[in-house]
This record gives sequence, C-alpha cells and structure tokens, in this order.
Amino acid sequence: MSQLGPADGRLLVVEDLVVHFPIRVGIIFERHVGDVRAVDGVSFSLRRGETLGLVGESGCGKSTTGRAIVRLLRPTAGRIVFDGVDVSGLEGEPLRRIRRRMQMIFQDPYASLNPRMTAGAIVGEPLEIHRWGSARERRDRVRELLSLVGLDPEYGIRYPHEFSGGQRQRIGVARALALEPDLIVADEPISALDVSIQAQILNLLGRLQERLGLTYLFIAHDLSAVRHVSDRIAVMYLGQIVELGPSRELNAAPLHPYTVALLSAVPIPDPAVEARRRRIILTGDVPSPVDPPPGCRFHTRCWLRERLGNPERCVAEAPPLRELAPGHAVACHFAEQVEGAPEQRQAIGLRAGPNGTAGSGVRDASRTRTD
Amino acid sequence: MSSSAPSLSLGRRRGGRAVEARVSRGLWADALRRLVRNRPALVGLALVAVFVVAALAAPVVAPYGPYERAGGQLEPPSPAHLFGTDLLGRDVFSRVLYGAQISLQVGVVAVLLALLTGGIIGALAGGFGGWVDAALMRLTDVLLAIPGILLAIGIVAWLGRGMPQLMLAIAVTYTPIFARLLRGSLLALREVDYVVAARSIGASPLRILTRHMLPNAVTPLIVQATLVLATAIIDIAGLGFLGLGPPDPRTPEWGTMLVDARRFLQTAPHIVFFVGGAIVVSAIGFNLLGDGLRESLDPRLKR
Repeated sequence: MSQLGPADGRLLVVEDLVVHFPIRVGIIFERHVGDVRAVDGVSFSLRRGETLGLVGESGCGKSTTGRAIVRLLRPTAGRIVFDGVDVSGLEGEPLRRIRRRMQMIFQDPYASLNPRMTAGAIVGEPLEIHRWGSARERRDRVRELLSLVGLDPEYGIRYPHEFSGGQRQRIGVARALALEPDLIVADEPISALDVSIQAQILNLLGRLQERLGLTYLFIAHDLSAVRHVSDRIAVMYLGQIVELGPSRELNAAPLHPYTVALLSAVPIPDPAVEARRRRIILTGDVPSPVDPPPGCRFHTRCWLRERLGNPERCVAEAPPLRELAPGHAVACHFAEQVEGAPEQRQAIGLRAGPNGTAGSGVRDASRTRTD
Repeated sequence: MSSSAPSLSLGRRRGGRAVEARVSRGLWADALRRLVRNRPALVGLALVAVFVVAALAAPVVAPYGPYERAGGQLEPPSPAHLFGTDLLGRDVFSRVLYGAQISLQVGVVAVLLALLTGGIIGALAGGFGGWVDAALMRLTDVLLAIPGILLAIGIVAWLGRGMPQLMLAIAVTYTPIFARLLRGSLLALREVDYVVAARSIGASPLRILTRHMLPNAVTPLIVQATLVLATAIIDIAGLGFLGLGPPDPRTPEWGTMLVDARRFLQTAPHIVFFVGGAIVVSAIGFNLLGDGLRESLDPRLKR
C-alpha cells in the first residue's frame, strides 16, 4: 500500500487524510474548543485515466476532500501523493508548479466565473499566470480551448452573464484544461445545471477524458449522477469512506447499509419496478461532525443494526474498511448480512443481486409491500 | 437582450462561421442602461447636474460678483435680484451659485480623500486579514465611536479654521465608513468560487486582490461615495453655521450665509429660504442618484 511511485500506474494516492477545522471562541484570547472533523481518515488511490466517483450527503466531507487534494486546504494529517510527490505539505513555488497539473471544476457556474472578466480572459488567466507562451500563442490557445469545450471561439469577448448555465460550465471546464492538467477534481459539476444540460456536460467530460487522457475525481451527492461515468465509486459518510468498489459491482450489490439506502433513492426508469420498490428513508439527521457517534458513525441511523437487534459492536468498535471482494471494500461489521437482504434487492430493483434471480426479487418486493 | 438572443442560438452556429463578432456589453454599460431607466435616479442626476453646472459656471452665470454691492439692503426677490439681496446689498442668487462652488470643492475633495484612505485601509484589512485586519478595524472603531459632526468640529477646532482643515475634518469622519464597507465586501469575496478558482490556478495574492476581488467590491463604494457626498454638503453647511467654516466671514459658504440670514428670518425670510433650499436640493440630488446607482449596480439584483 505504501510503495508509491509513478511506476505503479497510480496518479494519486491519498492516505489517512484528515482535515479538521478548529472551532475557536473569544476575540483576542482565543480558546480552542473543538474541531469540525470534516474529513477523518480517508484513503483511496486513483489510477491514471480513471474516474473515481465520490458520493455522499452534503456535509459528509466530500468537497473538503477534493479541496484538500488540490491543496486549497492544508490537510491536518495524512498524505496526498500526486505522481510520486507528497503535496500535503507543499507551499510556495513548488506548490504552484504542481498546481498546473491538478485543476478543479466548480459546482455553481454562476459563482465560479469572475463577472468582470470576459470568457477569453478567464480561460487565458491560468496561461498568463504560468507564463505560457507569448501573448499571441496564448490568444490562439484560448480559442482552441473554447472550441474544445464546444463553444464558438468568437464568444471569448463576451462576459459571463451573457452565457447560459451550461455554457458557463463549459467555460469553467476550458479554464481547468488550459494548462493540460493530469487530474481534474470536479466538485459536483452538474448539480447546479438543468437536467437537460447535465447529460451534455457529462458527455463533454467523457469525451475530453478519452481525448486528453484525464483522470477525474468526480464528486456528487447523488449516485445516479456518477454511476454511469465512474469506473469506481467511493461512498462517504460523516468524514469517512464507508464503501469503495467498482461502479458496476457497487450498483449491483451494495454491501454497506448506507449505500443500500442511497441506491434505494435512485429512481429506476421502469414504472412496474418503481411501483413495487420501497425507499429506505433514513431516520434522523446526519450527526454533527464536531462530535461524531462512537463506533460505527452510521449506527444512529442504520436499518441493519435495528434489524439485527442493535448489536453492541456497532457502538463499541469502529468498523475498518474490509475488502470483501477484489477491489470492493466495506466498512461495516455485518456487511455479509447485507448480501441478499430484501433491502439490497429492493434498492437495485429488478436487476437482482448475485444470489437472487429476477423472479425472486419480484416476489420479495410484493411480499414486503403487503407487510 | 433581444438582439443578442439569436446569435447565441446553436442553429446559427451550425450554419458555419455565421456568428458576428458583436461588441460585448460589459457590466458597466448594463448598469448605465438600468440607471437611465430609473426615474428617481434621473431626477437625482438632473439635480446633481444643476448643482455641478451652477458650481462650475458660477463666474459666467452669476449676474454679480459674490462680494459686490448690487442693490439695497434685504430686498425681496425681483427680476433684477432673483433671490433678493442680503444685509450688505449683495445678490443672494450670485452668492448661492458661488456657494455651490465651495460645497462642491470641499465635498468632492473630502469624499475622494476619505474614499482613498478608507479604501486603502479596507483593502489591507480585507485582503490580508489576521492581525492587520484586527488592528485596522480597532482603529476605525475608535473613529466610528465618535459622532461624525462632533469629530469634525473637534478637528477644525484643533487645527484652526480654513478650507484645507475643513476638507480634512470631513474626510476623517467618513474614512471609517469606506474602510468597513470595502473590508466587508472583500471578506465576502474571499470564499466566492471564482476567487477560490484563481487561488487553485496559482494566482498570487496580489493578483487575486487586484484582478478578482477589488473590481467586484468597488460598486458599493461608488454608491456610498455618492450618498456620503450628500451628507458631506450638509456637514459643510453645518460647520459653517457653527462658525467653523471658511475663515473669511464674507465667503459665500451656504452655512455661513444661513447663520447671517437667520437674524432677519422675520423681515427677510427669502434669504434663509433660498440658501436652505440650495442645501436641501443638492443633498436630495446626491441621495436620489446614490440610491439609483445602488439599484443599477447591485450585483445581487443581477447574476
């Protein structure tokens, strides 16, 4: 796990990443009264050219993880190794140089573009900052970038407020691509867009990945947005990864009770199936990250724990990420009980789990409905 | 808007290179368009224009000199003396015009000075944060704790009467307002996505401040400067009224004229009426214009 380097094909390795925000009170004599434990021990890695989806509710630390990786935040602890270089402690010029190679796409296309700059100036700014080429070459490069993201190069003289949301997001993508980065952290890049535009941007990102060999960390609050574009998916809850696995497997056989709940909320485009499905509505709110629950952080809302008669282990012992199948890891003491459970089969609809056929899935579904 | 819609459509683009390189409309041009459509703002603009023209063209427009004995004592308004005459037979209309000159001069210089120093303090505090911010903000708190006009009286009393002192006194009272305003805008901008984006592409703090934060923080300052100009005109008159105006008592300063005319409020009310009216009208003009500017420049009304 700790043998790092560009040779093993891993572009990014995140190890035990911790980001805490201190809570201070008092004006002059500040007292440190606690920490918001936004990210609390997150580990994963990204292969070159891969897309990893990072999913979780708002406040689970997914955006903080993304911002720590591009070093907009300084990690409290842990390592972020980008192409063999530990960037977690970099400052100044070395950090500036490495930043060329990892860029970010933001959620709100209305807030992410400076309203006083033209589209051309926005896309050209990274080039200017890193003294890329001559003024003329930069101008040509801006035109090239605009057409790369599907905008007319003539639009470069316009201001952000003259564009639609989708067009603005394309400008944001062009800015991120300007310096030919290897890694792109896309922080909910489609959540603020109209549904009809979301697919366009997803397709654009997919095409660009193929063409430029990009590696994506794709952050989303909703599984349906990422499951078609991600090779692997990591599910976060309250600052920790609870399940990490290949996208197809995680969708077909989710093993963490939380992932099952998330999946049950994703609509299936078949009214017959949809009518028989039952969503798992998690009770209560997400606990405060200032004072997370002991043991498994999900135990306060877990349907499986309730079913198993509230075993003491969930409260007493934090579950480690266990690899149950090759490349599929789960942080739950009782993940084996999820396999084949009616909740799991409900969540994935007709595409029943590996243990059940489609028929049994339907029977199960109708039985639970009459319950 | 309707003219730009077709050129944005995809259908037009598919037809080859049919997009015309239309000159883009910046946010400033947009704001101007909105301002012109705002009726109260236009009234304000007209009043301000009258005030400024009166001030600049006073030597040409005024029928008499400000110190010239032009008629009898305390004459009521007549075609020869539109606003009548004062105790020394001077033409009140001419003196009101020259008074506009003094108010404009002192007001504009004082507000620009306040804007400049307040702007620098605010930019340092909001741009750097930390202890720089804390120190500068405590300094402005001290100034804000003293009522404005009292502070101005104190400064003039301390430095002596005179035009530069007057400007300085008024500038000092309004500096903290601009400092706080700019600092607040900058603090709010620090976490805005495009500033974060600039940071993530490796922009230097200076570049972020000058290219991304300041241009998006100046509009409230422009609005505030216009509104402050209205109160500054009243403050100047107030100081003049209290005997802290220009050292020469003959100077056609509105506040000084008002206090001179006050004694004849019963016999010659027209002097107080016209001089007071000039103060009110110019203050209202800047206020209306400021409000109109706020509406047309405020980015919250437009995304």
